[in-house]
Amino acid sequence: MKKLDFVIIIVAVLVACALYFSGILKFGDSGSYAVVYLNGEEKKRYALSENINDLIQSENGVNEIQILNGSVSIISADCADKICVNHVPIYRNNESIICLPHKMVVEIQNDDKKYIDAVTN
Amino acid sequence: MSKKIAYYSVFASLAILMGYVEAVVQIPVPIPGVKLGLSNIIVLLCMYVMGVKEAFYISIVRVVVSALLFRGFLGVWYSLAGAFLSYFTMIIAYKLKNISVIGVSVVGGIFHNIGQITVAYFMLGRNVVIYLIPVLIISGVITGFIIGIISKYCMEYVKRKI
Repeated sequence: MKKLDFVIIIVAVLVACALYFSGILKFGDSGSYAVVYLNGEEKKRYALSENINDLIQSENGVNEIQILNGSVSIISADCADKICVNHVPIYRNNESIICLPHKMVVEIQNDDKKYIDAVTN
Repeated sequence: MSKKIAYYSVFASLAILMGYVEAVVQIPVPIPGVKLGLSNIIVLLCMYVMGVKEAFYISIVRVVVSALLFRGFLGVWYSLAGAFLSYFTMIIAYKLKNISVIGVSVVGGIFHNIGQITVAYFMLGRNVVIYLIPVLIISGVITGFIIGIISKYCMEYVKRKI
């Protein structure tokens, strides 16, 4: 290994840590809603306080979403890669599960956003 | 000339094969979808042994073929964005002094992830993907480092044979 190798690795790790710990890109505390987006548009909104199983039908396929004890996971999908199914359950604000083949995003959101919306409205 | 064509095809098919191995054997990591990028070993080898331009052609063939074979049509755009961005940043790193294949590989790993996240940002229309950037930089460093070490040891053998 040469000098610049170390420089690159250290700079990259520092940038990642700076982005994470500065709070700009940090996951928050536990959120209160799971919001499902298809093609960037909001389709459904679930409260994390309830346990629920639901099917999300998109034009490319079906994902089955499960909310259990405040965390969200995808328990089955008819896509090829199954990345969303293998994803760990999410519960913190701004966390997301993304299914690229179905262009589906499940995002955790907080009450804050809703509150701000209410003010601006 | 025919020797060159043979090398092109050997490297291209090796790169595609690496993509296949990765599609079949999933590494158990907590973040799904993170891959080592085994085919980058081949691209790095080409870059150092055959040249920058040659490695670029092999990279294109590899991406288009393996994306269509293993990931479907939509996957082509993610793969192309990742491959192009990582390749061009790797060329820049390669031209620098005082850098070994490990550093070049780390740069490639990081920018491969950045390229894919950029496409995901536009395709999904959700800025939530930017929250993944710190995780993806770190995973790019780790996978790039491993790939760099493997390439370093492979290169000694390949250089001796070619």
